[in-house]
Amino acid sequence: MNFVLGAVDYVGRAVLHSVEEAGRIFQLFLSVLAWLVRPPLRLRPIFKQMEFVGVRSIFVVVLTGTFTGMVLALQTYHGFRMFSAESMVGATVALSMTRELGPVLTALMVTARAGSAMAAELGTMRVTEQIDALYVMAANPVKYLIVPRMVASVVMLPFLTIVSDFVGVVGGYFVGVHLLRINSGIFMKNITKIVELDDIFNGLIKAAFFGLILSLIGCYKGFNTTGGAEGVGRATTEAVVLASVMILISDYFLTALMF
Amino acid sequence: MIQIIDIHKSFGRQKVLDGVDLDIEAGKTTVIIGRSGGGKSVLLKHIIGLLKPDRGQILVEGVDITKLNDRDLNEIRKKFGMLFQEAALFDSMTVGDNVAFPLREHARMSEAEIREIVADRLRAVGLSGVEAKMPSELSGGMRKRVGLARAIAMRPRIVLFDEPTTGLDPVMTEAINQLIIDTQRNYDLTCVVISHDIQSIFRIGHRIAMLYEGKIVASGTPDEIRASQNPVVRQFLSGSIEGPIKII
Repeated sequence: MNFVLGAVDYVGRAVLHSVEEAGRIFQLFLSVLAWLVRPPLRLRPIFKQMEFVGVRSIFVVVLTGTFTGMVLALQTYHGFRMFSAESMVGATVALSMTRELGPVLTALMVTARAGSAMAAELGTMRVTEQIDALYVMAANPVKYLIVPRMVASVVMLPFLTIVSDFVGVVGGYFVGVHLLRINSGIFMKNITKIVELDDIFNGLIKAAFFGLILSLIGCYKGFNTTGGAEGVGRATTEAVVLASVMILISDYFLTALMF
Repeated sequence: MIQIIDIHKSFGRQKVLDGVDLDIEAGKTTVIIGRSGGGKSVLLKHIIGLLKPDRGQILVEGVDITKLNDRDLNEIRKKFGMLFQEAALFDSMTVGDNVAFPLREHARMSEAEIREIVADRLRAVGLSGVEAKMPSELSGGMRKRVGLARAIAMRPRIVLFDEPTTGLDPVMTEAINQLIIDTQRNYDLTCVVISHDIQSIFRIGHRIAMLYEGKIVASGTPDEIRASQNPVVRQFLSGSIEGPIKII
């Protein structure tokens, strides 16, 4: 009996904690919206974050996008060959990249690179009293630290996804046409025939939403860090895990809504 | 200048402040002493509105800051400067940008005027010409001096010091003490210092108050505190392990 009560107590506490945390994250989001529209809008910190989130993520996005497109072509080729449908490899790669893998993989890579950095940086600022120093100097930390990171992430994720989509298709083309000897004309023709502009745009909307999730969670975890260096490490890990899980969960619902 | 009236604050079940009453006089340096972890920093954070009390009032020039919204509180905060324990300089900015930060945020000045003020404040703390350095290139004592330059950049009327000499060698401790004395005098400041460094408190304090178990148990001039018969004060000043202060 005690074991059952203990289990119910444990689950109850975990649910309450999750609901409370979701509420706090939403509260932070509302606060970001309020500070976003309150002048003055400072562009310099936004551009600085756009460089960090976007420009410096290009290499890793190109790498993951290219190899994902390549492996996708390889796998689908072996499957489609059984039905003599090798000509559909290009379209399958392009559709998978634009609708799903481009935005999701880009978001996961940026979470690992920039979302973790946001949590670590803000967490360090919290434990070294730099955030308190901002309050003391009558500068709001949400406006100064979180708004630029969130704006930069929402703006840059779609651009990175375009890069990922493109290199993924190029990777697929290389494997399909040059290694597996699929006819280049058919490869390209099926892509243009099957992939529609909506597939690309919906993928980019997903990417912007994922940018919101990864920056909001990264900033929330960093901003609420407690407990010194250990706390910064914990906040960073939690930010990456929670943001990655939320990206994958929200991906399902966005896909169900859009496609 | 600042009146702290019956402040109570608990974190969970732990009662940290249990009815603190203290008057901080204008143009003087008031030092709040007490054990490590005894609530001194918590009290200081209440004075500048970083924490809200569970009960009680904090009057700054007659205005109860515990009742203010964020916007009004920010107006009051412009009267304050604060030197944090580890200086809390922004890692991502140069020393010059750190000192210029409050000016760029709140003062309508040209870049040339801001640069001039930054140079003046750094000169005042004995660190001319370090504007281009990053905080990570500075020693602990230099960071604190830059922190003080940033705290006085806006010519505040009140400056709060959170354990300004903790972690410094004796020579740097004396240099910081002298700097606090000079800055207080030159800028006609009201200073609130929290410390448990016995030598420093008598060196810099015009008034000293002792916080113990969430209350101010003694306050007065340095001479009055030296002569105090309060057993808590006597044990604290002598550093004895025998007495009412429990060792946890």
